[in-house]
Amino acid sequence: MSALSSGLEERRAGGRKLLVPYVMGGQPDRDSFPRILAAVSRSADALEVGLPYSDPLMDGPVIAAAGERSIRAGVGPSEALELVAEAGGKSLRVIMTYYNPIHSAGEESFCAATIKAGVSGLIVPDLPLEESEGLRRAAADQGLAWIPLVAPTSSPARVAAIAATATGFVYAVSTLGVTGTREQLSERAAAVASACKEATDLAVLVGIGVSSPEHAHAAALYSDGVVVGSAVVRLVAESGAEGAAAFLAEVRAALDEAAETA
Amino acid sequence: MTVVDSSSGRFGEFGGRFVPEALMGALDELERAWETARAEGSFDRELAALHKNVVGRPTPLYEAERFSERVGAQVLLKREDLAHTGAHKINNTLGQVLLATRMNKKRIIAETGAGQHGVATATAAAYFGLPCVVYMGAVDVERQSLNVVRMRMLGAEVVSVEAGSKTLKDAINEALRDWVANVEDTHYVIGSVVGPHPFPEIVATLQSVIGTEARAQVLDLLGRLPDEVVACVGGGSNAIGMFRGFYRDEAVALIGVEAAGEGLEGRHGASIARGRPGVLHGARSLVLQDDDGLIAEAHSISAGLDYPGVGPEHSWLQASGRASYHSATDDEALDAFKLLGSTEGILPALEPAHALAYVMRRGGPGTVLVGLSGRGDKDVATVSSISSMGDVT
Repeated sequence: MSALSSGLEERRAGGRKLLVPYVMGGQPDRDSFPRILAAVSRSADALEVGLPYSDPLMDGPVIAAAGERSIRAGVGPSEALELVAEAGGKSLRVIMTYYNPIHSAGEESFCAATIKAGVSGLIVPDLPLEESEGLRRAAADQGLAWIPLVAPTSSPARVAAIAATATGFVYAVSTLGVTGTREQLSERAAAVASACKEATDLAVLVGIGVSSPEHAHAAALYSDGVVVGSAVVRLVAESGAEGAAAFLAEVRAALDEAAETA
Repeated sequence: MTVVDSSSGRFGEFGGRFVPEALMGALDELERAWETARAEGSFDRELAALHKNVVGRPTPLYEAERFSERVGAQVLLKREDLAHTGAHKINNTLGQVLLATRMNKKRIIAETGAGQHGVATATAAAYFGLPCVVYMGAVDVERQSLNVVRMRMLGAEVVSVEAGSKTLKDAINEALRDWVANVEDTHYVIGSVVGPHPFPEIVATLQSVIGTEARAQVLDLLGRLPDEVVACVGGGSNAIGMFRGFYRDEAVALIGVEAAGEGLEGRHGASIARGRPGVLHGARSLVLQDDDGLIAEAHSISAGLDYPGVGPEHSWLQASGRASYHSATDDEALDAFKLLGSTEGILPALEPAHALAYVMRRGGPGTVLVGLSGRGDKDVATVSSISSMGDVT
């Protein structure tokens, strides 16, 4: 069992629903970034930190623009990872990065640097099952948990095969489309999450388009919790650490309420 | 001939399928539909009829006698500029939209750099009666405005992409984002031999008509094969289309010409000359990138070559030694543009002007077959804005 999954299992033990907020590495700026990490940690069970990338094809405008701002300020993937390392703190952290920075650094050295930065899991949205064998092995060697994504278009056979590779949690993509806030949680989220739940005992978290406490509440009724990305990234940019923390406290409350119902 | 390993989607160590999970099912579906279509004779027959009646194939082989005298080599031009819509791109788009109709897709999307692929996709979509959205970088919308007007007149919606470098690379990102969101009813007509498997193989096969025709035409004209086959390389579809006709003819040298832009030490688009292995737009290939693995911004005077990656088959051809790659600068391409116009009465697109620039530098002797992949109408404003040719005296 990976450090990430045992950490998450401990938190889930009492029926608690998991909250994983996403923040973009180096936002809103180098100096404030540690304060953002600390603030969004308060209501969270783990943090997902995105590494800035030039061509983020799974990201909608909010996260893509945040990444562009970091890159313009000189914070690329390796610098962002260093900022995570320097920030310290005890929260469980996972990295979301596109594959090319990993390929560029070399899979083994990337995983080693990631573990060294105090990170315990890895999400690579453009590396599907068939292309990820080498990286999964490198991650396992370093004790870095693998967090695969399952999509609404994944066949039952693929859901099973993908879930079998997970060593952290399974990321159930709620809808067809890129990251971004939505008015409504996709009707397909429940089917994706349920298919994942059948395929694994690890936590299944719903992400993409989870934009409000109401969405989180709904998703938690058929999953183990949520990843909240664009809504947090937007608040970090517009209202800073306290704005994001206040929003996440509301999401936390909605999840706790769902946990009592479920 | 097929060179891709269909189980891994790789050309040697290049290619593959590096895409979000949401697209994996669609790529499997596309691969199956393509294999089924190829196995049934009816697809090839329908495509051949479209080539003849819509595109106007075969395109001529043209002996450029006065241009040849100036450069010292016998230069033969494969005239894809005379294909319907003015470039080789229509060979691919008609084939892919025909395939999309067989897959019951209701909507067509595409990216475009120079606008030629956008025009060709809009044309094919109009021909088959399907709605079409074309993504185009804002910089390219500006410098290829004639083609924007053409696409809109053909009924396509043109979306200007403001992200990143605002060129072809960013247009592909945006098209892929659209496809992720609409994958169930939409076919993405990718415009070059790039992208995740099976796109590079499909586009190469659809463009191989160029090389197949040209080989027969050269044999017909000269009774022998050319010494060199030369084509410009951005993503590389017209070059692969030419090269595939000659893979087995080992005495024929295959030469790709990349955009050296302001020079290889400055801003350029020479992914083979200056790139290293990386993953861009769903495939592993040679990519212009920084030490951190961030994709670099390319530069070329020609929008169609302004791309920091290259099709995986080219990376494989270079690694295997079957093809070799050179480059030409913006200035060299402009000189070639002018020379072909003044000696032959043909204005080439700035993209194949790079191939002609290589031929001018190469000189004699021998016979050189050049892929004239498109016509230069779209580039007249660009050329006149940076040279004295636009001055009215």
